[in-house]
Amino acid sequence: MPSLKDLAKMPERITGGHRLCPGCGAPIAVRQILRGTDKPVVVVCATGCLEVATTIYPHSAWKCPYFHNAFENAAATLSGIETAYNSLKKQGRAKKEIKFVAFGGDGGTYDIGLQSLSGALERGHDFVYVCYDNEAYMNTGIQRSSATPYGAATTTSPAGKVHPGKEQFKKNLLDVVAAHEIPYAAQACISDWADVLKKSQKAFETKGPAFINILAPCQRGWRYPHNKTIAVAKAAVETRFWPLLEIEYGRKWTLNRDIKTPKPITEWLKMQGRFKHLFKPENEHLVKKIQEHIDSEWERIKNLCRCSGQNFD
Amino acid sequence: MPKNKPKPVKGRDYDSMTGADAVAFGMRQINPDVVAAFPITPQTEIMERFSQFYADGIVDTEMILVESEHSAMSAVVGAAAAGARAMTATAANGLALMWEIVYIAASTRLPIVMNVVNRALSGPINIHCDHSDSMGCRDSGWIQIYSENGQEAYENTIFAVKFAEHPKVRLPVMVCQDGFITSHSVEPINFIHDDKVKQFIGKPKPEFSLLDVDNPITLGPLDLFDYYFEHKRQQIEGMENARKAFLDVAKEFEKTCGRRLQYFEEYSSKDADYVLVVMSSTAGTAKEVVDRLRKQGKKVGLIKPRLFRPFPYEEITKALEGKKAVAVMDRSASFGAQGGPLFLEISSAMLNSAKKPKLCNYIFGLGGRDTSMQDIEKVFEDLMNGKPKALNYLGVRG
Repeated sequence: MPSLKDLAKMPERITGGHRLCPGCGAPIAVRQILRGTDKPVVVVCATGCLEVATTIYPHSAWKCPYFHNAFENAAATLSGIETAYNSLKKQGRAKKEIKFVAFGGDGGTYDIGLQSLSGALERGHDFVYVCYDNEAYMNTGIQRSSATPYGAATTTSPAGKVHPGKEQFKKNLLDVVAAHEIPYAAQACISDWADVLKKSQKAFETKGPAFINILAPCQRGWRYPHNKTIAVAKAAVETRFWPLLEIEYGRKWTLNRDIKTPKPITEWLKMQGRFKHLFKPENEHLVKKIQEHIDSEWERIKNLCRCSGQNFD
Repeated sequence: MPKNKPKPVKGRDYDSMTGADAVAFGMRQINPDVVAAFPITPQTEIMERFSQFYADGIVDTEMILVESEHSAMSAVVGAAAAGARAMTATAANGLALMWEIVYIAASTRLPIVMNVVNRALSGPINIHCDHSDSMGCRDSGWIQIYSENGQEAYENTIFAVKFAEHPKVRLPVMVCQDGFITSHSVEPINFIHDDKVKQFIGKPKPEFSLLDVDNPITLGPLDLFDYYFEHKRQQIEGMENARKAFLDVAKEFEKTCGRRLQYFEEYSSKDADYVLVVMSSTAGTAKEVVDRLRKQGKKVGLIKPRLFRPFPYEEITKALEGKKAVAVMDRSASFGAQGGPLFLEISSAMLNSAKKPKLCNYIFGLGGRDTSMQDIEKVFEDLMNGKPKALNYLGVRG
């Protein structure tokens, strides 16, 4: 594990001066992930904030080869690039060792890109797929996605007199991905940079598909001051809302950070304007429902980790 | 099953096979770096045959057996952007599912070659031939070449590789053949020898590659009102350049492979008074009708467009000027328009001509409805009687 100082000295593959919002979690995630390898990388982005804000023609923030095809096909597109590389390498027309990585938001991964991702995982391409999860369609103006948490207000699931924000729990994407029995699937958070780095290194070293779902808060959509991104991310981990875990071959579960004394979920909810309505007295039962869901999910994950031999004493 | 390796007989060989097999055979000779495949009737046979070449280690190709046509097109776009020679094939609904990425392939200027086995678009679902699938994306920026039979589908496919990669063109090419009628009919195919194909297509020389990590490029950026229009203008130029490039590549094709490709075929049409314009397999039926009517002394002829995009409007205008009457036959409808897509092209091509013939349109063969020699004879009779309506439907009830 390199020191933070050494990591800071690594050449940047995405420069400053891009047009993402101040306090955006996405470029933090990208910089952390891309420090996981010193080999050349080819990046594919799904349509989304990261894509539009880093490549407004004639400018580009990317110092490595970068391709954006469309919204729902980052994984299929990267399949094509990786297969071309294998073909050319086999024929002696490509020599260097190259790593392949895709970045998609939750909309491009949990929703519209899920089929393309599933196909690519099943085919076993040698690449890393990173979902930077900011829990809604932020690029189009904060619409609910299947990654939006229960109770959150978005522009298409607003808190109204009858419907109090989103009325479904977040899709469990990591389980869906792990069910493909790929060598490596992990969940990480930008507040735990050392954990992200370890996972990224592992993902890049994995032969075959690797997947990382990284929580990347969005100050505009989550409604918090832009200098609180890391604090909000940290609270997601400390309340057990966002467990840091990894699943190898769909079988071996490891909880990377056991939160022995979790903060109540209200500690995370109250930091964000999107959950403001949940603190009205008539919505108390919703907060309780969210807490119960977190508790039960944590127990489920721990049980699966125990089955894999992890000891929580 | 086609033989895997043709025996060179003075640089040529013959075998009996379907249109689908012939295309797969051509793909083996092309030996693309990457092929993405997803099954759809009546295209499936192409990919089945090619998969056997892959399974037997006859090609260097890496195959991607994708989970949808949308991913097939996405994957070949990725592969071509990585500097690989990439191919795929589809039909009907598969092409419709690809639609979004079909446009992106063209605007990213990627020389992909795709075989389209023409089939009617849903709904209602139908697996037989018409041209609604490829005609639907005639404005997507792809070059389109149509094939009368398996022989042409085979030759067009090989030709398309070099044409797409022409430095002044750099556009994807769709090679179309009629579903079932051509794709599943066994015909004698006259092959070009492997070495000649290899010599003709040469090695791919991509202008850029995502794998060139020392010269990183950003591809597919956000392009707004300040640049998008210029880029579209360049794309239009690329398509315009394809007109001349077609002739140059055709010359080379004839020199190396001994096969002649033209914008369109003129069949007894030069001295004809009454001309039929029709593409693909129906042109074969029409040729027989033309021969019979000629024997009866009728001055009839046929024009069979092979290149539809870019449309050779000047040359078609010259070929049709001074005729008494021309019937354009369309195997797809353009709902709410004055006629089918081919008719619209020809009528606008002739807009300013002083020697414009009487033009009429026949919509025929939708959803695989058979078009007989009698049907085509009727079209000629209409023309010769001087009484065709502007828009007609051939062989339909009601």
